[in-house]
Amino acid sequence: MSTAKTGTHIQLPKLGESVTEGTVGAWLKQVGDHVDRYDALVEITTDKVNAEVPSPVAGVIVEIMAAEGETLPVGAELCVIDEGNGAAASAAEPVASAPAEPAAEPQPAEMAPPQPTERASRPTGENGAMELLRTRSSPAVRRIAEEHGVEISQIRGSGIGGRVTKSDILNYVDQRRAEPAVVPAEAPVAPMPYPEPATAPTTVSSPQPEERPTAAGQVEVYQGDKVVTLTAKQRQIAEHMVRSERTAPHVTTWMEVDMSRVVEARQRSKERFAADEGFDLTYLSYVIKGVVQALRQHPNVNAVWDETRVIQRKAINIGVAVGLEDGLIVPVIRNADEKSIAGIARAMRDLTTRARQNRLTVDDVQGGTFTVNNPGTFGTVLSTPIIVQPQSAILSTEAIIKRPVVIDDSIAIRPMMNLSLSIDHRALDGLAAARFLGEVKRWLERFDPETSLY
Amino acid sequence: MATKLLIEAIHDTMVDEMRRDESVILMGEDVGRRGGVFRVSAGLIDEFGENRVIDTPLAESSIIGTAIGASMNGLRPIAEIQFLDFIHPAMNQILNEAAKIRYRSYGDYNCPIVIRTPYGGGVHGALYHSQSIEAVFTREPGLKVVAPIDPADAAGLLRSAIRDEDPVIFLEHKKGYRAIRGEVPENGHVVPIGKAKVVKEGSDVTIISYGMMLQESMAAAKAMEEGGGASIEVIDLRSLRPLDTDTILQSVMKTGKALIVYEANRFGGFGAEVAAYLAEEAFPWLDAPIMRIGGPEVPAVPYSKPLEAAFLPNQQTIGAALERLSAY
Repeated sequence: MSTAKTGTHIQLPKLGESVTEGTVGAWLKQVGDHVDRYDALVEITTDKVNAEVPSPVAGVIVEIMAAEGETLPVGAELCVIDEGNGAAASAAEPVASAPAEPAAEPQPAEMAPPQPTERASRPTGENGAMELLRTRSSPAVRRIAEEHGVEISQIRGSGIGGRVTKSDILNYVDQRRAEPAVVPAEAPVAPMPYPEPATAPTTVSSPQPEERPTAAGQVEVYQGDKVVTLTAKQRQIAEHMVRSERTAPHVTTWMEVDMSRVVEARQRSKERFAADEGFDLTYLSYVIKGVVQALRQHPNVNAVWDETRVIQRKAINIGVAVGLEDGLIVPVIRNADEKSIAGIARAMRDLTTRARQNRLTVDDVQGGTFTVNNPGTFGTVLSTPIIVQPQSAILSTEAIIKRPVVIDDSIAIRPMMNLSLSIDHRALDGLAAARFLGEVKRWLERFDPETSLY
Repeated sequence: MATKLLIEAIHDTMVDEMRRDESVILMGEDVGRRGGVFRVSAGLIDEFGENRVIDTPLAESSIIGTAIGASMNGLRPIAEIQFLDFIHPAMNQILNEAAKIRYRSYGDYNCPIVIRTPYGGGVHGALYHSQSIEAVFTREPGLKVVAPIDPADAAGLLRSAIRDEDPVIFLEHKKGYRAIRGEVPENGHVVPIGKAKVVKEGSDVTIISYGMMLQESMAAAKAMEEGGGASIEVIDLRSLRPLDTDTILQSVMKTGKALIVYEANRFGGFGAEVAAYLAEEAFPWLDAPIMRIGGPEVPAVPYSKPLEAAFLPNQQTIGAALERLSAY
């Protein structure tokens, strides 16, 4: 399709040696969306590999020419990005001290245009030359890096001065594209009495390909070892973990919750609910409702740290961790404060189903303000969850276990559940954590079993 | 097919063409009775007579000037300059006259001459029997310049040169005359001017060369690969002007690394033009700077044997450059 729009034209790249065409999958960005350099624009599936096309430039998408489901030849036009004055330099620009390309020089058509606002001071002298070699390497390497959305500075180079050579980056790209190690999904089809399963007490963010992986091969492999190749998604998850831990000082607080009233409430409603809704009511729906109430009372927890200020979110969008074969995904229940317990249950059901079918959209996984995780289904009693960025806290619900407890100086048997709350200690402190967590606990312990689910 | 030395291929092709076309004549110092100081034209005067194989006075300017005049009047002269080192007095005739006649006469006249001349060092020839000054001619529009080293290429290109309607400088490496042997087709094959040849395929580094340096480059490339090093692609330019830009560009796009080897002085030599072209056109595919190996900044090839060896690039110095380039 031809277009009259001016801007950078993004074409379907060649995704493999013998690949001549690709099918457009989900558009991860829409017309009008701002994209940063290397943001994933659209998913492309071919018979050899599925990949996301990263944007070579920052700017605003002004036109999309390829429709979802269309099969197009390599080189076909996908979309047009208007870079404006190039002022949209990504805030999450990687670590390396890459000097900016000189803004005045004309560039060949295939290269990304220079980004004037990124102008770093140009290194000089011997160290400057080595620095340039390491970060910008060579035209061939830069071209390959752009084509595949790879950060040169994160690959270990075998060339002089430690620069990344063409074969270094080609090997890296090949490894990255190797078939992911697929573990057959044992996702339970029969509804469980416990909250929705999650596979690990950690969480993952949106499918933004902020690729910053290190080169494989830094650990020695011995005979008999099994080398598990990681998918891009797994690497992204790992990257997110590292980044979250590295930026936010994590502090975890726990409280025990007597779930007798909630257990009773669920006992009363579950058959009717299953008959009406077609799926099982879980404890997690109650917990999330309690979390939402507590967030309303404690807006400081529904917030995010931003260097010189804290931004308290108006919307309450609860991320719920879902385990998949190749990692975690955290779809978001938007405006959870507008939903009843049943509404929350329905939303969760929809999201987890679509997550397992790989049908989540970008909107489904973005915009979370607080995350709830559920390792308790596997029997855990305490967790130290990692915050999903950009948020300030995350709550893990642990297993509900009948324990002897002391009530009015007598021993009683109660179904007890621990709650584990990790906070970003820049935005919050122990007092805030305890208050919030206490609110959730109180809400659950005072729950009236007569309460309507709707 | 016959196996011939470079000098034999040239000799036989001249005989062939002079038999085929009466207007082809040979003129130069000692080409007739002596049969050429290297014996390139041995026996020609016996077959074709002294009207067609002419011993000229020792006067390069007149040799070329006469050849130009003859060519504008229906003959196809092969003018031999005994050593490229002696061509300087003829510069005015070559650059101001031969190269410009077609342009200047708006096509009314053309100048179908071939200037054959031995060039290059490594034979202990010292200052005036070793020169490689091809860069003087390769920068001149209106001239063609070829420098084959393979005997079959020499035969085919000489035919093309003789049949060409415009002046062609045909460079013969004197060290290669009796050092290079090869299979030559007997069927009158023609090699078009302006086409290079990939003599060895490879994937990591491209060597671009010509003349005896092509031989040294091949030796260095093979030594490197046998030692388990990089895979080297070697291109014999064969034609210097016009330059086969397509072939060299395709190769460097594949390998990303280029080494240009020539025995003329490195600065301002022909290889510099090749490097400039690649720098401009192959830039997005380059994985290393374009490197050149050439003669040093010394006014002439020395008479002293060790100094001559130090002047000329060889398998070792080329090999060292290949190591540096492939490790870049």
